[in-house]
Amino acid sequence: MVVNVRNMMKNKKSNEFLLRFLEKAAPAFFLLCAVISILTTIGIVLTLVVETITFFNRVPFMEFITGTKWWPFGKNASYGILPLISGTLLITVVAMMVAIPVGLASAIYLSEFASFRVRKVVKPILEVLAGIPTIVYGFFALTFVTPMLQVVISDLPIFNALSPGIVVGIMIIPMIASLSEDAMSSVPSTIREGAFAMGSTRLEVALKVVVPAALSGIIASFVLGVSRAIGETMIVSVAAGSTPKLTTDVTDSIQTMTGYIVQVTLGDASYGSTTYYSIYAVGMTLFVFTLLMNLLSQFISRRFKEDY
Amino acid sequence: MNLVDKQVVQTRMNKRIVSNKVMRQLFFLAAIFGIVVLTVLLYRIFSEGLPYLDWAFLTNFASRFPEEAGIKAAIAGSLWLMTVTAPISLVLGVGTAIYLEEYAKENRFTRFIRMNISNLAGVPSVVFGLLGLTVFVRLMEMGRSIMAGSLTMSLLILPIIVVSSQEAIRAIPKNQYEASYAMGATRWQTIRRVVLPAAILGILTGGILALSRAIGETAPLLMIGALSFIAYLPENIWSGFTVLPIQIFNWTGRPQEEFHLVASAGIIVLLVILVLMNSVAVFIRNKFSKRF
Repeated sequence: MVVNVRNMMKNKKSNEFLLRFLEKAAPAFFLLCAVISILTTIGIVLTLVVETITFFNRVPFMEFITGTKWWPFGKNASYGILPLISGTLLITVVAMMVAIPVGLASAIYLSEFASFRVRKVVKPILEVLAGIPTIVYGFFALTFVTPMLQVVISDLPIFNALSPGIVVGIMIIPMIASLSEDAMSSVPSTIREGAFAMGSTRLEVALKVVVPAALSGIIASFVLGVSRAIGETMIVSVAAGSTPKLTTDVTDSIQTMTGYIVQVTLGDASYGSTTYYSIYAVGMTLFVFTLLMNLLSQFISRRFKEDY
Repeated sequence: MNLVDKQVVQTRMNKRIVSNKVMRQLFFLAAIFGIVVLTVLLYRIFSEGLPYLDWAFLTNFASRFPEEAGIKAAIAGSLWLMTVTAPISLVLGVGTAIYLEEYAKENRFTRFIRMNISNLAGVPSVVFGLLGLTVFVRLMEMGRSIMAGSLTMSLLILPIIVVSSQEAIRAIPKNQYEASYAMGATRWQTIRRVVLPAAILGILTGGILALSRAIGETAPLLMIGALSFIAYLPENIWSGFTVLPIQIFNWTGRPQEEFHLVASAGIIVLLVILVLMNSVAVFIRNKFSKRF
């Protein structure tokens, strides 16, 4: 076979334009992809701000942030967000009371006590727990945890803050456990060995040396957990009820900010009504809360990071 | 004279050893708490749902009667959603990762993109729902369609895909690049012929995990108005649709006890899909880790 060198060179030349174009176009395309993530953020902020402004044209800002009654339907509508915030915080407090002790204790066990074999079994199971869809947790809260709690607390209504709170906590455990464990594992073992050499028990090493050394990472994981609990939607929509109430009683039926947003979008609040715009004001509040928590978590883990 | 009181030492030592043992058991209990919860949850769901899980359940449309209710439309909707979401989110996510790892200079703009992505990962999914409802459904007039749902989902899982793709790209040894450049390859040729083939398995693993998050996500789709009662299969990306989690949510919300059992059956199907997706991801990951 005769290779036509001249033709090959010709082909190469005619491809050169395409190659040069790709060389220039590729970075532009990838930059465009990266810019889309920024556009998403801008889109979220603009959406929330614009629609929230429409809402505040109809409902005074002060009524919104100081009002103690949230009743967005009918003639005597009242838009005071405090009941929704208190509902959200109630769920968050219950969830953290479950997630912090269990999550931290499992992290300590996995990092300081567990043998290699136990770790190899427990860690994937925590990952599985983290991967279960929240709607499944919601179903679990309503059909299992609530009836069980009703055995203990006889006058517990079917919708209450306690059951979804506990289940949100269970949902967050894997996150706190794995982030805290990462923080503790990165404490160098020389420090541990120093403490062992002084005659400390494992418990003393864990609590008095490793946990303080990893504290910034551990606290950051708690804050991130709070943010997740505030933003959790399906568990509370299914099991917490839909009666916004300014209360600290965990056996009450309440409503969270996320639960309200879902309730309105499910119902038939007509487009353009004040009720419709109220979900953006609530969404804005939710967004600000979670953003602050995320920034705080990043700040803590950066600012108080111990370098060894 | 005896400087050390042996009696005191003995009692304090005992105390310390006992508390060490007790706390060790407590920590252990906390660590297996997850296993207990998982077992209870799975046992409940399987014991309730299995009797309802038969061929008719998979091939029937939603119904007012629990015995006739099925998830045909929901499975079709979930499949459609995944088929449209996967390419959009992968192209955007991998593109962003390549930009950040290969092209971006270390300047303020790059740091801003990084910070932006890590903050997007922390935005609650309902807020993405609000974005989708306002921008895709209303502003771009896509209606309550598969397209609007897929775009919303793509943005939601974008941060996960970006981060996992970045890790996959970073894991490629520098000598691979150098070999390629030494052969006279340009930057784009290196990315196309060296970086992408080397990172593709890692990228796919992260992509599948991200998609398995999307397939279980409920709130944003509820908000953009996926329906819960449709008796037809979606025809194209502009059709209305329902997905498995929404069907489960709908059944869970009904007062009749039978519908809770139907919901259990739906959850079994959802969990089986998730397990399958995760097994594929783990399989790819194990294959991937053998390289280099």
